Amino acid sequence: MEQTFDLTIIWAGLIGFGLMMYVLMDGFDLGQGILFPFAPNEKARDTMMNSVAPIWDGNETWLVLGGAGLLAAFPLVYSVFLPALYIGVFLLLAGLIFRGIAFEFRFKANKSKHLWSWSFAVGSTVASFAQGAVVGAYIQGFETEGFVYSGGALDWLTPFTVITGLGLVAGYALLGSTWLILKTEGELQEWAYKITPRLLGALLAVFVIVSIYTPFIDETVKNRWFENISIIWVLPALVAYCAFVVIRSVQKKQEGMPFVATMGIFLFSYLALIASKWPYIVPPKFTIWDAASAYNSQLFLLLGFLFVIPIILGYTSWTYWVFRGKVKEGGYH
Amino acid sequence: MELDPLILSRIQFAFVVCFHAIFPVFTIGLASTIAGFEALHFKTGNPVWLKLSKFWIQVFAVVFGIGVVSGIVMSFQFGTNWSNFSYATANFLGPVLSYEVLTAFFLEASFLGVLLFGRDKVPQGVHLFAAIMVATGTFISSFWILAANSLMQTPDGLEMINGMYVVRSWTDALFTASFGYRFMHMGLASFLTAALVVAGVSAWFILQKRELEANRKALSVSLWFLLILAPAQTIVGDYHGLNTLKHQPTKVAAMEGNWETQTGVPLLLFAIPDQEAQTNHFEIAIPKLASLILTHDWDGEVPGLKEVAVEEQPPVFVVFWSFRIMVGLGLLMIVFALWGLVLRPGGRYHQTPLFLNGLRLMSLSPFIAVLAGWVVTETGRAPWLIYGQMTHAQGLTPSLTGGMALFTLIGYIVVYSLVFSAGIYYLLKVFRGGLEKANAPHEMDEIERPTRPFSAAHAAIDEEV
Repeated sequence: MEQTFDLTIIWAGLIGFGLMMYVLMDGFDLGQGILFPFAPNEKARDTMMNSVAPIWDGNETWLVLGGAGLLAAFPLVYSVFLPALYIGVFLLLAGLIFRGIAFEFRFKANKSKHLWSWSFAVGSTVASFAQGAVVGAYIQGFETEGFVYSGGALDWLTPFTVITGLGLVAGYALLGSTWLILKTEGELQEWAYKITPRLLGALLAVFVIVSIYTPFIDETVKNRWFENISIIWVLPALVAYCAFVVIRSVQKKQEGMPFVATMGIFLFSYLALIASKWPYIVPPKFTIWDAASAYNSQLFLLLGFLFVIPIILGYTSWTYWVFRGKVKEGGYH
Repeated sequence: MELDPLILSRIQFAFVVCFHAIFPVFTIGLASTIAGFEALHFKTGNPVWLKLSKFWIQVFAVVFGIGVVSGIVMSFQFGTNWSNFSYATANFLGPVLSYEVLTAFFLEASFLGVLLFGRDKVPQGVHLFAAIMVATGTFISSFWILAANSLMQTPDGLEMINGMYVVRSWTDALFTASFGYRFMHMGLASFLTAALVVAGVSAWFILQKRELEANRKALSVSLWFLLILAPAQTIVGDYHGLNTLKHQPTKVAAMEGNWETQTGVPLLLFAIPDQEAQTNHFEIAIPKLASLILTHDWDGEVPGLKEVAVEEQPPVFVVFWSFRIMVGLGLLMIVFALWGLVLRPGGRYHQTPLFLNGLRLMSLSPFIAVLAGWVVTETGRAPWLIYGQMTHAQGLTPSLTGGMALFTLIGYIVVYSLVFSAGIYYLLKVFRGGLEKANAPHEMDEIERPTRPFSAAHAAIDEEV
């Protein structure tokens, strides 16, 4: 088949977009689970869960879509990442299952409610940590022979990936607390205002460690940032600016801005990560073109994606619109 | 003892896929049943159909919810344990599995919400349309999955280039030689499952003297369906078997416990296949019947297991006995269908406790039969992952160790036992609540969460404090 234009770039954009959507949207509802054990009281926990109940599984849609899309568009990523992260993937899935089922049953439980609370908290935290460790593992790179992963079972679990794992837990908790500032009021909102700066501090500390460490383990990254001084330095600057906005808006007791600025932190650091690694998708050896599937397979699926993604986006916006406003005790009114 | 990652991965895959399969096989048939109830209500205006539909929609919501969760695990299994297979087949398998995901999401994002929560918010005709679309969607989902499986059984339309299959013809790859038979066989199995579960649960309600009018109607309809579907499945199954004989003769030889290529092959009712000795023990057989069934000729020649090397034979005992369980249950379904017909005059089918209690038990039979059938076709393909082209061993993740595989195998067993027993426990609560609870106005203090299937059900999972 004649290759008229480069579908690999389009697919990289699609998967990248899906991943960002996932991180931003599932991030704040995973954050509720991470913050769950520390919430001021049981009533606050009910409100926290209610604030994300209508939307969380729509948010997870993006993960599954991204996973399936990866196999179709970048099979090498799928067939190297999953074996390399074997145990981590299991923890991620187990965590997501436990918290998913907690959403279903905590509302229907009477005596067993505390069990589902724990299921929600532990599941969310484990899943978030596993995702953060995946990011760390990606930065570290993978040992491969030919097109096959050849490292060990726990290569992904290093001090560095533990730090990135904890970093994402802090980051999701931050998304979660700023979401609560936006969506709740009274005691719970006060509490969210209080913890937000601490969570931001933890996240920024991890960013500093990652930024210092990465250029040391990866020559390409070092060259990109330090040899040719370029426009990409604007990205970390924007991250810093967003962090500043979070602090200032929390001090001013603004309700929407902390959440928006936190999303900005995620967006710009995500772009900075892409800027560091581009075009390597299975570092250190393989670029997106090495990892890509056949042209006709990419095209075949693209048609379906282009049809369904607008519908999912429309449906998602509609749900967010229906459940706009503050969540009160007992749910949205 | 050295842990073998290959065996452990196969056990793990079998475990998660068996666990997963029981949910979609039920929802596919149930979606059509609900569409049927809705259509009958639309046409006749008789409120019993509405009562039935409301109850079975709740059951559907819970089963669909569990199926989606276990399906997510499935989509990662290919990559974690079978990465060589995934990589080699990604050009085909990737788009096909993605299309299944897209179908499911499209459904969930559009018509499922209307079906579950929209009854009072949209016109009745629109609600019926949503029910029909959900039923259609479940079939489209199964289309993709069965196309993927059929390609592994009877590969076609692909070409191997540099260690990766490239799709030469999407039509050939999606509609392979075994696809049509598999799709028909599985579709009928889904309908049979729904018919038998509806019959069994209705029988149970009737025995308890609950909502008699509606449950009798449901029982009556499902018995008529059983009467058509069970014999039809025998015929389709026979054609599927002939197709398998043509393309995977070794699998059929294992199903029949037939070691030697011979004419006038007997049908074995009982035997203990012994793979080591390459023979059977304690055979009880009907002469020449297997030849008749497989070749439609008393003296037809049927290839035996010894046509291939021992290493290329599937585990005969498992295939042989799974096949007998499936066929035995299928025949039992026909017996119940005929029994229901005999009891039809004078409405005795809903007054005979023995028959009703039998139906209660039979509601489990389609699940066992479906799993046994999948064991036949999947184990019967062994040692091949893609028939004749890639073995299980070649498809396995090279970096996988026995310890890793054992860790996740135990992990999935623990997670599934905890989480899904809660799901099934909850489903039983919905059953116990019955039509009465499903039709009672529920308290509105709980927020409605239109994206979540479980919200359609209103039972509590445990007792009140």
